[in-house]
Amino acid sequence: MKIEARILLLLGLFFGAMCAVYWTWSLENAGGFMMFAAMLLGFLPGGHYWWWSRRMPERPEDNPNANPEDGAGVIGTFPGSSIFPFTLGMGAFMTVLAMVFGTWLLVPGLALVVWALLGATGESRHGGDH
Amino acid sequence: MTDVLDTPLVQQSDAPAAHEEHHGHDEHHGPSGILNWLTTTDHKIIGMSYTITAVIMLLIGGAFAELIRAQLVSPNGHLVTFAQYNELFTMHGSVMIYLFAGPFAFGALANFVVPIQIGAPDMAFPRLNALSYWLYLSGSITMLLGFVTAGGAANFGWVGYSPLSDSINAPGAGADLWIGGLLLTGFSAIFTGVNLAATIFYLRAPGMTLFRMPIFTWNLLVTAILILLAFPVLTAGLIMLFADRHFGTHIFSVSGGGVPVLWQHIFWFWGHPEVYILALPFFGMVTEIIPVFSRKPVFGYKGMVFATLTIAALSLGVWAHHMFTTGVVLLPFFSIMSLLIAVPTGIKLFNWIGSMWRGQIWFSTAMLMSIGFVVTFLIGGLTGIYLASPPLDFFTHDTYFVVAHFHSVVMALVLGGMAGLYYWGPKMTGYMLNETLGKIQFWLLFIGTQVFTFPQYILGLQGMPRRMAVYPHDPQWQNLNLWSTLGAVMIGVSSLLFAINCITSWKKVPAGDNPWDAHTLEWFTTSPPPHHNFYRLPKIRSERPTWDYNHPEAPALAHGNGEGSHS
Repeated sequence: MKIEARILLLLGLFFGAMCAVYWTWSLENAGGFMMFAAMLLGFLPGGHYWWWSRRMPERPEDNPNANPEDGAGVIGTFPGSSIFPFTLGMGAFMTVLAMVFGTWLLVPGLALVVWALLGATGESRHGGDH
Repeated sequence: MTDVLDTPLVQQSDAPAAHEEHHGHDEHHGPSGILNWLTTTDHKIIGMSYTITAVIMLLIGGAFAELIRAQLVSPNGHLVTFAQYNELFTMHGSVMIYLFAGPFAFGALANFVVPIQIGAPDMAFPRLNALSYWLYLSGSITMLLGFVTAGGAANFGWVGYSPLSDSINAPGAGADLWIGGLLLTGFSAIFTGVNLAATIFYLRAPGMTLFRMPIFTWNLLVTAILILLAFPVLTAGLIMLFADRHFGTHIFSVSGGGVPVLWQHIFWFWGHPEVYILALPFFGMVTEIIPVFSRKPVFGYKGMVFATLTIAALSLGVWAHHMFTTGVVLLPFFSIMSLLIAVPTGIKLFNWIGSMWRGQIWFSTAMLMSIGFVVTFLIGGLTGIYLASPPLDFFTHDTYFVVAHFHSVVMALVLGGMAGLYYWGPKMTGYMLNETLGKIQFWLLFIGTQVFTFPQYILGLQGMPRRMAVYPHDPQWQNLNLWSTLGAVMIGVSSLLFAINCITSWKKVPAGDNPWDAHTLEWFTTSPPPHHNFYRLPKIRSERPTWDYNHPEAPALAHGNGEGSHS
């Protein structure tokens, strides 16, 4: 976890330095701002990983001498299959087409999106269709 | 009941409860047939869907390219009208970049291979992964729907420069469908980026430290970070463009006090990292393939990782080298940054050659494609160095020199992608592809690429502008265009050969677990891998765990600097 954090923080630092050089040299705001935002996108997850890397025990994947059995056990619960990614995707599809072919498409589009959101949330609680 | 996704590390495990549960869920997951495809959250099926969809997009975009080249055979071609020509070059670029190269790079093989390479049972967010695919598919359909609207498809170039893309110059529905399609595929890319980064950070097998990850996985991690940095910028820009077209804002229009060049800043702030989002996964593919078929560990593992990270870091500071001729960008900054990228890229080229050096090279189709990639990418990269110099760029901007430069680069990526398909295809389907057909395909593709681009370099230096349906009557120009079209036809035939190979090789020669005596974890499991990927895992003590397991007499030392690792 420490190396992950370090990579992101170093990227953030580099973008910050590049932003400082670029903006003071060019005084061009759009690029300067986008680089500033890129710096934050390095620091935000980097800081998160750094915070946790100092507060969690070493994981088997970070231990060069770990054996396969060190990682055995349940690592998460997911539905084995789910219709809701498809439903949500088709809802988004119709919503985008509504921008072009007519607002009426928003009705089925948003209905599919809401159905998918409710369904996926319920699925997470009940553990899928098994 | 809850379907438990447990790590299949159970054969050597002292956790018998997990063992029982695993087998209870191993064979059948969810419905079968078309419903299985619609409801799957398995990264392998999603990866296959991505691969097939992306290859279809490659064929569609390729068909547009053949039409463009056919139009340019004679100076006054009458195959298509000027308006249709504008649609063709716009949609050729859009399909190839947005719908083929990107999704193929980080959605197709990455989706299939990355979780297996790090010993994970699936992606970190399987349902988000499925959503990515459906957004990609619907975005592709949305963009292509432009052809069936009255005004035709988008016609302002794949870069959508303002004011060409405003509501006066591009009033049709095709432009809006282009924006909508990009919104959908953009979100698909962002979700895939989140998924890849989370998978690589959290689901590695025990002992798979970051610096033991295969280079392909490393490159996909860096690609995922770049996606998260770049794609939201494009999405924001597209929403601004849509607002300008329909809601009366004037962000990019001079008449209302807006700044057209702002679109170029936003677009290329996404667009240049996008070049590396496309390229890095293919760099990763050939970095996997070259050591395997040279029967050596990769040369300079840490140098490769460092080069990848450096390319990613620098790529955010080079966008305006696409805008040198606008006259409003800081030339020295962007020139220096662009030239600097040649250094880590050079490290990579050096390391690819170093990986082959004194190896026992097996010239399989995958290896030939990889060598073709290295050569073609070198040509595209070197011509890119010229373009990073503003005086040379002023001379060649928007000529066929630029077209030839980036076609050398992207055709190198096609060669790399083909290498990946020949290398991982047996793992994905369980059957080998025909090597003879593959080698014919390679030579057609490789020679065709050079025949296609070299005349364009010369045409560009002589001043032929890009995006023109007609050109002056000049015997030499016509001759060069004819050669370029011939190259395009060779590339087209090679693509057909690949399709024929896929069909005729189906269920002929079973691949077995590890047909190439390869190094990484995906070759430790069956072909195709079972649900949740592994029945058991080896000990991971280097970046070549499968090799170490199969060759206990010649284990790879840390980062492949050991003498004992030659076979």
